[in-house]
Amino acid sequence: MKPAPFRLHRPDRVAEAIELLSVYGDEAKVLAGGQSLMPLLALRLARFEELVDLNRIGELSGISFDGEELVIGAMTRQADVEVAPEVRKSAPLLARALRYVGHFQIRNRGTVGGSLAHADPAAELPAVAMVLGAVVDVVGPRGARQVPAEELFAERWTTVLDVDELLVSVRIPVMPAEAGFAVEEVARRHGDFAMAGVACALSSGHGRVDRARIALFGVGRTPLLCPLVAKEMEGSLLDELHPAALDELAALATADLDPPDDVHATGSYRRAVAAHLVGRALINSLEELRRA
Amino acid sequence: MHDGPGELSVTVEVNGQLIHGRVEPRLTLADWLRDDCLLTGTHLGCEHGVCGSCTVLLDDRAVRSCLLLCAQADRCSVTTVEGLASGPDELSPVQRAFMECHGLQCGFCTPGFVVSVTAFLAANPAPTDDEIAEALSGNLCRCTGYQGIIAAVRRAAEHMAEARGEVS
Repeated sequence: MKPAPFRLHRPDRVAEAIELLSVYGDEAKVLAGGQSLMPLLALRLARFEELVDLNRIGELSGISFDGEELVIGAMTRQADVEVAPEVRKSAPLLARALRYVGHFQIRNRGTVGGSLAHADPAAELPAVAMVLGAVVDVVGPRGARQVPAEELFAERWTTVLDVDELLVSVRIPVMPAEAGFAVEEVARRHGDFAMAGVACALSSGHGRVDRARIALFGVGRTPLLCPLVAKEMEGSLLDELHPAALDELAALATADLDPPDDVHATGSYRRAVAAHLVGRALINSLEELRRA
Repeated sequence: MHDGPGELSVTVEVNGQLIHGRVEPRLTLADWLRDDCLLTGTHLGCEHGVCGSCTVLLDDRAVRSCLLLCAQADRCSVTTVEGLASGPDELSPVQRAFMECHGLQCGFCTPGFVVSVTAFLAANPAPTDDEIAEALSGNLCRCTGYQGIIAAVRRAAEHMAEARGEVS
């Protein structure tokens, strides 16, 4: 047996899970889909005395849509989200980004809440949640609260959640009809974590960009929004956003980046790739916006 | 220190047969299938979710059995490579196609491929070549160069269409 010994708790209700997290504090770890945690345990890169398995909590799974917001339960499997008609219609960027997450066997088990709570800086879903203006519902012993995705990621593999809090769902506002999206990444192999990637959501009215959100992933300690690019783009006429202008925006998005070197790529290579990907994402999302 | 990990009772339907067991929480489904059920067709390559050799069907969905605790399969159905064909001397359409198209050489990765492809074709009976390539991306083969495997997926889709009475 590869993981070190632990006790396995299998609560049926969110309240029981919170109770366990309150009792055990940082000796406990939440087990969602397990597609990141199980390798860490098997390689003994991480070790916990208590695992709190959420897989029996039925109330944490499911997708609902009230016309304004898509609400996805934290334990909803990525594979189910990817094909859900309401997701494809109201949050097409999420469905597209999920195809980059691991492989179909991983997505059959991996969960949306797990990807957000794991906060891997190279993961797609945190960046997508940020550009879509998503908000996560968090429950803990002191009650419930909502955290915007932009404020959720504190450090690599670390969110702002307390150890006794649970991410229970994610809310994604419906984008306006005139919108365009893109997710672009470069990875060594399909399904690997990105060396660099970008998610982009644009919307427009009366021929002008009215909202622009661009987030980079795989190039910092958390996913990184590009507020300077948003500021430049918002209010611009769509007709002004020609290729040379987009190249300047891509340079602006990556000017302050200082990605680390690692075994897969040097920092300067990652930055160069990120600039190209921002350019490509802007071209593709604008093209979709113009067709909308 | 905690007061010991304890053992958990599990009941898993494995290839159509209910199996009861008592397991340590940290035992993976892959190790339980191989060591306790003696179903050694499920292979372990990387043991951290990368290679796909250990793929099984959990309630008819392809998953990595090395990334699942046995205790999490409690009250679920599991199909391993041994359970795909209709009888001991039979081959499933996917297994037959792998044989016919040289979809294997050393055979180590093959159970994972066969199980993954079985689930893939059940969901997508007439895939494009791009869809086949994407579906195979979660399984690693170090021998074949994948071309025989891709041909086997196409051939299996044909076998299954014929079995459904569709003329290809």
